[in-house]
Amino acid sequence: MQVNERKPLIVAFCCNWCSYAGADLAGNNRLSYPADVKIIKVPCSCRVNPMFILRAFQRGADGVILCGCHPGDCHYTSGNYYTRRRMALLFSMLDYLGIEKERTRVEWVSAAEGAKFAATMNDFAQTVAALGENKRLEDLRCKK
Amino acid sequence: MYRISTQSLNTLFEEISRVCTLYIPSENKKGDSVYTRYEAGVEYSNKLNTVRSPKDFFFPHMENLMEFKTEGKTVQLIDIREETEDFVVFGVRPCDVKSFEVLDNVFLNEPVDTYYKNRREHGVIISLACNRPAETCFCGTFGIDAAKPEGDVSAWMTEGYLHLKPNTEKGEKLVSAISGILEECDDTAVTALQENINNIMKKLPLANVTTEKFGGGKTEEFFNAPEWAALSESCLGCGTCTFVCPTCQCYDIKDFNTGKGVIRYRCWDSCMYSEFTKMAHGNNRLSQKERFRQRFMHKLVYYPENNNGLFSCVGCGRCLAKCPISMNIVKVMKTLGGKDNG
Amino acid sequence: MQKITRDLLVEKAVSLLENGTVDMVLGWKKGEFDYDITPAVFADADSLKDFVFDDFCGANFSKYLISNTKKTASKVLVFLKPCDTYSFNQLLTEHRFDREKVYAVGIPCDGMVDIHKIRAISGEGIAKIECGEKITVSTIYDETVNIEKADVLAERCVTCKSKKHVAYDELLGEDGEVLESARFDEVEKLESMTADERFEFWQGELSRCIRCNACRDVCPACTCEKCVFDNPASPVENKAAANSFEEKMFHIIRAFHVAGRCTDCGECSRVCPQHIPLHLLNRKFIKDIDNFYGEYQAGEEVGSRAPLVNYTTEDLEPGEAVEGR
Repeated sequence: MQVNERKPLIVAFCCNWCSYAGADLAGNNRLSYPADVKIIKVPCSCRVNPMFILRAFQRGADGVILCGCHPGDCHYTSGNYYTRRRMALLFSMLDYLGIEKERTRVEWVSAAEGAKFAATMNDFAQTVAALGENKRLEDLRCKK
Repeated sequence: MYRISTQSLNTLFEEISRVCTLYIPSENKKGDSVYTRYEAGVEYSNKLNTVRSPKDFFFPHMENLMEFKTEGKTVQLIDIREETEDFVVFGVRPCDVKSFEVLDNVFLNEPVDTYYKNRREHGVIISLACNRPAETCFCGTFGIDAAKPEGDVSAWMTEGYLHLKPNTEKGEKLVSAISGILEECDDTAVTALQENINNIMKKLPLANVTTEKFGGGKTEEFFNAPEWAALSESCLGCGTCTFVCPTCQCYDIKDFNTGKGVIRYRCWDSCMYSEFTKMAHGNNRLSQKERFRQRFMHKLVYYPENNNGLFSCVGCGRCLAKCPISMNIVKVMKTLGGKDNG
Repeated sequence: MQKITRDLLVEKAVSLLENGTVDMVLGWKKGEFDYDITPAVFADADSLKDFVFDDFCGANFSKYLISNTKKTASKVLVFLKPCDTYSFNQLLTEHRFDREKVYAVGIPCDGMVDIHKIRAISGEGIAKIECGEKITVSTIYDETVNIEKADVLAERCVTCKSKKHVAYDELLGEDGEVLESARFDEVEKLESMTADERFEFWQGELSRCIRCNACRDVCPACTCEKCVFDNPASPVENKAAANSFEEKMFHIIRAFHVAGRCTDCGECSRVCPQHIPLHLLNRKFIKDIDNFYGEYQAGEEVGSRAPLVNYTTEDLEPGEAVEGR
């Protein structure tokens, strides 16, 4: 019997200075993480508008993760502090609307943390896979 | 004329829904009446107006028109319209029935809008006379008789009975399909009800609003009227009036890129919106005053000019009840129509 | 407490017009019935004959000050209820209108009523409404209904957060206090439901949205020159929600954009033609902000730093947000 296992699509927003470099390091060290993680590079985690998260879901993402420099290490001094507040409120709101809170995550990954990047993505992909397809923030027009 | 006891109303709905899909006004949990697909457990609501008008049935808020897919250098055009099946709408008020005539003039004249026509041909309208009009009602202003509703089948709710009278071929067909549960009767009870309704209509607060000053050919008289400034002063520019209106028929056609193709759809548009009829050169109405004026000039002057004097307002009163700042067509007609109006 | 009446307000307006303090008056204009009041500008004492003030004067005038102070050099008199003064301050904080061109008169308020609630009791055909402690409604069908005002108060007045004016040039009557209100009760009720129940609740509410944009257009915090949802150059511009995703997106983004700036004036829910409880989205943000970053009331003082343009190094992590409330 053929088991048709659906692979979740994950969008990862990574800041240019820390997390994207962290992803690079994971690659250089040949650490594996799921190929279904699609990375979008942003100048700073605080570039990510809540609309980006929602539109990623609309376009078919099953999980969205946002990675930035550790608090205190932002290339722009304080960008990730704003990210932290915004995402805390957004995630709480999504949960309030009944959307699975496990589908969204923020993780701080430095340029030196290739291993953390790979581990985070593996763990997140597993969590999202367990949740199954994103049904609550889907746009059927994009799924056909 | 036929009748059925009001206690057997659900039997009637049951019987019609056996023939085809039936929509009836039913109360939602906020206490508003909305057209709901009938199935066991859906209760009929006797409220006067539904929040959204029945124009939705023929001209929905949003509908997909076609889809484009590209492969190499070829573009494939796919017709994705949904096949409409026969359906019945019960309890359409006389004003709303009249609104279909306004829409028909727009969509069924050349070039015919086939999406609209398809729905219109499949819909059967059972209208219902208004036993208890609201203070916001002014259908009489537009020559509509609340006691004599038009539509495929006219209905009246008298003491204990619902009376039905088919007017069209579609109506005859529907009534004969359910004739097993109907009994024939004379029109004594209905005539008495009609007289009662006519008496009520005369004492409605807006009974004296007239269209005398308006109509085709009045563009120059009203276009530059100084009153528009004050009338539109506090207009928020929202689309509430247009979207609850049974006769507003403007729409926009847009493309949605799905990532795998393009879906072309149309959706209601509102002349109150800043982006309404935006063209290559920009917008032709830059202030809220101009947008506001457009809406009322269209209803009271432009439309009648192009449609043999028919006004594109039916006096249902929805905009009176729903406008966030309570500005509406009656206030416009009274202000522009001079002191004698109303 | 001095009872604020229509005559008192007109008297004040006339005297301010006559002594040259103001050139025009922003007020409520009488409609066709006793309840359909329109915000209007009165240019002289004579036009004030149409000025009304009663329990239906709920409209928040703060946002009108943006356009009114922009287009003329004249000074405008505005009457502000306690809740309106918060919006007034918030707009000043954001430099949205010229304070020099405004003369604000604070007026006490004992709650406005909701015509929808009245109609649900009296039925259609309202001929006359007499306001007071008891509201008497007579219909064109010769019926008379007496209603307790408390039973038909607008939602935002039932959970009134403050009777205190936080901004004015002059105050009529006595100032009140900030109140302990039950405005977060419904938010808590939703929070205590399961995710499935919450999803079903919001899906049901938001599916009624007709995208008339009334909530946005009336909102004193929504003052963008061009809203992203109106801008044809934006990829999310739309005039009608195509599906439940677009319904949710509009309302989440709108609530988010006013988070930390929303004073909870309740205009959004008042104007919604479909009675969607939009205030429950805004209040969720307010409640979270209070819990996560300390109590904050937008508009309480001019120039205060909104929570979303502020931070501390000790803020909670997004992953803890849901547990943290």
